[in-house]
Amino acid sequence: MKNTDFVVRFAGEGGQGFLSAAIGFASANTKAGYHAQTFATFPSQITGGPTWMQTRISIDPVLSRGDEVDVLVVFNEYAYETHKNEVKENGFILYDSDQLNIEPSEKVLGIAFEKLAKTTGNARAANMVMMGALAELVGVNLSVLEDFVKERWGDTSRYGEQIVPQNIAALKLGSNEVQDRGFKLAEIEPAKPLNTSQIFLNGNEAISLGAYSAGVEFYVGYPISPATTILIWMEKNLVEKNKFVHQVSSEIEAITAIIGASYGGKKSMTATAGPGFSLMSEGLGLAWMAEIPIVVVDVQRGGPATGLPTKTEQSDLLSSITPAHGDVSLPVVAPGTVEECFYATIEAFNWAEKYQGPVILLSEHGLAERQQNIPKPDINSLKIENRIINQSTDNYYRYESQGISPMPIPGSPGPYVANASEHDKMGDTTHLPERHIEMTERRFKKLEILKDSKYEYINSKSEIILMPWGGSKGPGFEAFEKLQEKNIDIGWAYTMFLNPLPEKLLIELQSKKLVIVPELNYLGQFSSLLRSQGVNAKSITQYTGLPFKVQYLVDQITELSSKR
Amino acid sequence: MAEKNNPEYDFKWCPGCGDFGVKKALEAAIKKKTIETEEPILNNVVIAGIGCSGNMVHLLEGEQPYGFHGLHGRTLPVAMGLKSSRPDLNVIVVAGDGDFLSIGAEHIAPQAKRNLDVCVVIMDNAVYGLTKGQSSPTSEEGMITSSTPYGKTEQGFDPLAYYLSLGISFVASGLSSKIKDLSELIYEGMIHPGFSIVHVQSPCTEYNNTYEILKGSPKKGIEPLAKPIDESHNPNDLKQAMEIVDTSNIPLGILYQSKVQPTLTQRFEDLTNKSKQKDIESLLKSYSV
Ligand SMILES: Cc1ncc(C[n+]2csc(CCOP(=O)(O)OP(=O)(O)O)c2C)c(N)n1
Ligand code: SF4
Ligand SMILES: [Mg+2]
Repeated sequence: MKNTDFVVRFAGEGGQGFLSAAIGFASANTKAGYHAQTFATFPSQITGGPTWMQTRISIDPVLSRGDEVDVLVVFNEYAYETHKNEVKENGFILYDSDQLNIEPSEKVLGIAFEKLAKTTGNARAANMVMMGALAELVGVNLSVLEDFVKERWGDTSRYGEQIVPQNIAALKLGSNEVQDRGFKLAEIEPAKPLNTSQIFLNGNEAISLGAYSAGVEFYVGYPISPATTILIWMEKNLVEKNKFVHQVSSEIEAITAIIGASYGGKKSMTATAGPGFSLMSEGLGLAWMAEIPIVVVDVQRGGPATGLPTKTEQSDLLSSITPAHGDVSLPVVAPGTVEECFYATIEAFNWAEKYQGPVILLSEHGLAERQQNIPKPDINSLKIENRIINQSTDNYYRYESQGISPMPIPGSPGPYVANASEHDKMGDTTHLPERHIEMTERRFKKLEILKDSKYEYINSKSEIILMPWGGSKGPGFEAFEKLQEKNIDIGWAYTMFLNPLPEKLLIELQSKKLVIVPELNYLGQFSSLLRSQGVNAKSITQYTGLPFKVQYLVDQITELSSKR
Repeated sequence: MAEKNNPEYDFKWCPGCGDFGVKKALEAAIKKKTIETEEPILNNVVIAGIGCSGNMVHLLEGEQPYGFHGLHGRTLPVAMGLKSSRPDLNVIVVAGDGDFLSIGAEHIAPQAKRNLDVCVVIMDNAVYGLTKGQSSPTSEEGMITSSTPYGKTEQGFDPLAYYLSLGISFVASGLSSKIKDLSELIYEGMIHPGFSIVHVQSPCTEYNNTYEILKGSPKKGIEPLAKPIDESHNPNDLKQAMEIVDTSNIPLGILYQSKVQPTLTQRFEDLTNKSKQKDIESLLKSYSV
């Protein structure tokens, strides 16, 4: 029988160069029509430290990182000891015998990657020996990697003429070595034909592209893991006439600067994480109060305070909705896949411009650092919302009426004071009780227009619904499919739009016996939000800094649903 | 919108508050700018801090500019966002000494190094007016305030020396009661291409009435603390400006002006000339499998 998917884990010391090999291996397979997803976890130090990356290749779209490892590639003793128990029973361990020695068995095979590479005349082709060995092990046709090498170095590298044949020779050496010794996992099924062209990228790149597609004109930010790569993307790609991008001096400056730019009529965004998001609280309150559209990306990382900068968690949901003091309820859009990172960013901009206020795009480390192939977005089919701008010249009042009112832009008619203090219709400060009532209600009523968003709803007749959010969607859905195979009666609900929730979906959920929410935090934040809205929800929590494993979810859900 | 008449707005400055004079000076400076440049008043934006001083933005009389009344200490970042994305606007910041030099101090140096083209008018009363009389960075050491009942235990902060040390490209010092001079300083600050600060002594009659010390009293034989800068001073000479700040109490006039530094807008324009124009299709293509 052939395999439909397999998981390779690479583990060693940061800086050993195997991370690019892992991504390269994934990328090469996507070129051959396979689906790939990488998952990485890094220590916080700059170089060195125990690092590993996992690549899952499949003939179908990859939903999760994969619970167990088919092939473990290790580059030092520590990596071997740490990861050996996660290898499947019929899996293999491939080790770099230049670096360490393990007792050989029918499961374990050592290859001197660099020594073999040297025989091609290029010691730096060690990764290629490793990839060649891997391809043979997992049954990927070597031509997949050969094509990748040709494309990668053939045209672009000055030394392509030399490097390409050396690398191809290295691939063969690795592959032959494995073949000679007779190691082999099952062959992988051929890739299925794809009807859309694919792009291969990580979540932060998808967010950046989404923002660009939505028409972002102003971006400032402050470096912080795992959001920094969005700043870097913007610094590279948003330097254009009539746009502006800058690294500013703090998250406090970032949030208030994007508010200033949006007040001036520009689509504005910043991205941050953890402590940076905390620093933005006051500014988010200002944008809510003064009714200024902005998009703030929070790429969640682990823990309060400085926390776990390089691990994943879903623990900022409640603080995204109410990051600031006082009565606020910020709209939150949370993508669950790399593909959704792109579309959620556009939705976040659309929401911000439509309801005229701050929107939180709640991503997470697990999405930011994941490389995945997704269908290339069709730009022409996107719906982009733009701000309604005041054109009226006579006595126009910015904050008049209950509902959305056109925004005056400096330089054009309708001057007002954008005011963070409670204010009257023209934006002047007031303390009258009736005005505070009127304006508070005005701000909350604007959320009504955001309640008709899209959601997924499968097997809706079931009394028990599985409803993960954000990056737990992938493992959640895989678990859902497994439960269905086991004939467990369970439904599926999912939406990126966490606040406000799609109204129709909320009504549905309120009628269910139980809604099970897998989420990566201690408090059970989404289920508590659902309970506060009349849904009987219960969380499956995890706070390890790592994403869910599918089998864990299957077990937990089975137990929760049978208790009832 | 013409004249503003808002019966609901309930904030008033105390009688004799220095901020009245600053308001008149600012109104006149904006008016002069709109006449000289023939640009509409709608191209002016006043970004206010939180404090008695920040209420300026609601109290301006006559034709109304745009206004922004945000958070305590955050005028400069708002101004930075606005000006860098809308270089066509005339952006003016008004704030108190506490707002600008205490909670907002972290924002001054970065704008100085970027030479953000906005004009900042600081109303310094050496006290927190709105929160009813606590000490501020510019309060003298030993000063008795509600939060320093036994005397302030920090040295008084010298803002002018600080601005000069940061290389801010236009630094002026004014007195709220000298409305005409002040208006001229603000006007000069607004048309200066770069970061300009007009630091105004604007006494708080309620918690720190310094009129007499600043203006002096011949009757009581008190020498004025605030005196015009000698006409021989060359404002392009930074060393001389620093000497003046060192040797005099409150010098009045333009201390320093440098027109050679490029503004943030110019710096960014230089970048756009270097970078290639992108489009979404080519960006997406760069990720093709
Ligand atoms: C974050 C924050 N901290 C504290 C305050 C309270 N507060 C309001 S105004 C002010 C000080 C005002 O002093 P200053 O800036 O000198 O202005 P003045 O009233 O003297 O004109 C303070 C501390 C606030 N509004 N926000
Ligand atoms: S308290 Fe002082 S600063 Fe505030 S309005 Fe009164 S006099 Fe002016
Ligand atoms: Mg003050």
